[in-house]
Amino acid sequence: MSIIAIHKCSPTDTLDMQQMVPKLARVKSYFSDAPDVSTLEVEMADGVPVNYAPGQFNMLTVFGVGEAAISISGAPNGARLIHTIRDVGAVSHALTRLKPGDLLGLRGPFGIGWPIRAAHSKDVLIVAGGLGLAPLRSVLYHILAHRVKFGVVTLLYGARQPEDILYQSEIAYWRESCEINVALTVDHADVKWPGRVGVVTQLIDQAKFDPQNTLAMVCGPEVMMRFAAAALVEREIDAENIFLSMERNMKCAIGHCGHCQFGPNFLCRDGPVLSYEKLRPLLKVKEL
Amino acid sequence: MAPEQASMLSQHAFFKGLAPEVIDLVASCAQEIEFSAGQYICHEDDQADQFYVLLQGHVALQISSPGRGARTFLTVGAGEVFGVNWLVAPYRWTYDAKALDDTKAVVLNAVCLRHKCEADHDLGFELMKRVMPILIERLHICRIQLLDLYLKQN
Repeated sequence: MSIIAIHKCSPTDTLDMQQMVPKLARVKSYFSDAPDVSTLEVEMADGVPVNYAPGQFNMLTVFGVGEAAISISGAPNGARLIHTIRDVGAVSHALTRLKPGDLLGLRGPFGIGWPIRAAHSKDVLIVAGGLGLAPLRSVLYHILAHRVKFGVVTLLYGARQPEDILYQSEIAYWRESCEINVALTVDHADVKWPGRVGVVTQLIDQAKFDPQNTLAMVCGPEVMMRFAAAALVEREIDAENIFLSMERNMKCAIGHCGHCQFGPNFLCRDGPVLSYEKLRPLLKVKEL
Repeated sequence: MAPEQASMLSQHAFFKGLAPEVIDLVASCAQEIEFSAGQYICHEDDQADQFYVLLQGHVALQISSPGRGARTFLTVGAGEVFGVNWLVAPYRWTYDAKALDDTKAVVLNAVCLRHKCEADHDLGFELMKRVMPILIERLHICRIQLLDLYLKQN
């Protein structure tokens, strides 16, 4: 009698397998945003555009080095596939060394992004810290392309020091265009910096919005997001209208491996964007 | 009494909700003042006999260190205050303050204010209740800055 069980692949397994195989992509252009931070525009080798929603991420592979989850920082119309990468580990280091014409692998897009539709006709408050501006830039591009659908839009952005501020020319343009309100602060500065010094949560106190009709999107280091969300609740925005983009160790990106588990959520599949109402009790658990 | 100063103070966030007679007491120590961009308002270790209530503009609070020059650790703007050193002996500034742009403020004479607080503990307690949340918030800001959250971590 045979004791070998033969597993028959279901259609779901086939779909999962397809999502695990990187497609070939090519670096189209490269831009250095800040020390150790680069933005890569990539195009698919097969020419098929990748459609994505603001807040989603891709898994990028540098062949022979490894794979990393990188949020998409471009406009969500599929025309340009842009990722902003900080050189913090072996894979991200290799990604920031790629030059136009170099090949890389790409899987994605993955995850649930920012609740853009829920923000329609509301004031939108975008709170970003450090590299957290990258996944929120997609939101800003979308809002600017559909400006009439939104109320007062405010970007509050904090960086470590003036030279670390991302997308400086775009921020200057957004400020001048008056389409959105922009407030910047840095944690530390020398006397040449003419702007604000302090932490990004301070900017929330002075922002103008209707708390009963505002949707807030927050991205940055987790400590910053915790205090920002608390400050937003203090300004009477409901926790269900505050959204945070969480970061954990994404590996499979399709909710199988469990590396990115955060309480009952797999952040790659159920997130990375989740409401503060859902996250609040989990953020208090230090072991997560 | 200084009715103009009383009016300005009563509209400022720091004094919000104070009874008019209390505002009048404070305003009797007050004077309107302006600083041009780049002007130093006070220097570290000077006598802290002023408490500034900002109406317009921004002020950088700075500490200098040899070889690194001045570093700004906090900026304050309209609706905020600085100079709470006036409350605690030895009443000395622990930083330099520099106007980043043309700045308007109401400056309170701290000696006058301290005398009034000693004579009227209700006034002293009211002011203390308004200063304490600011000190706690600035301590919190300082902790977050010390964590250096955006520092590259491998």
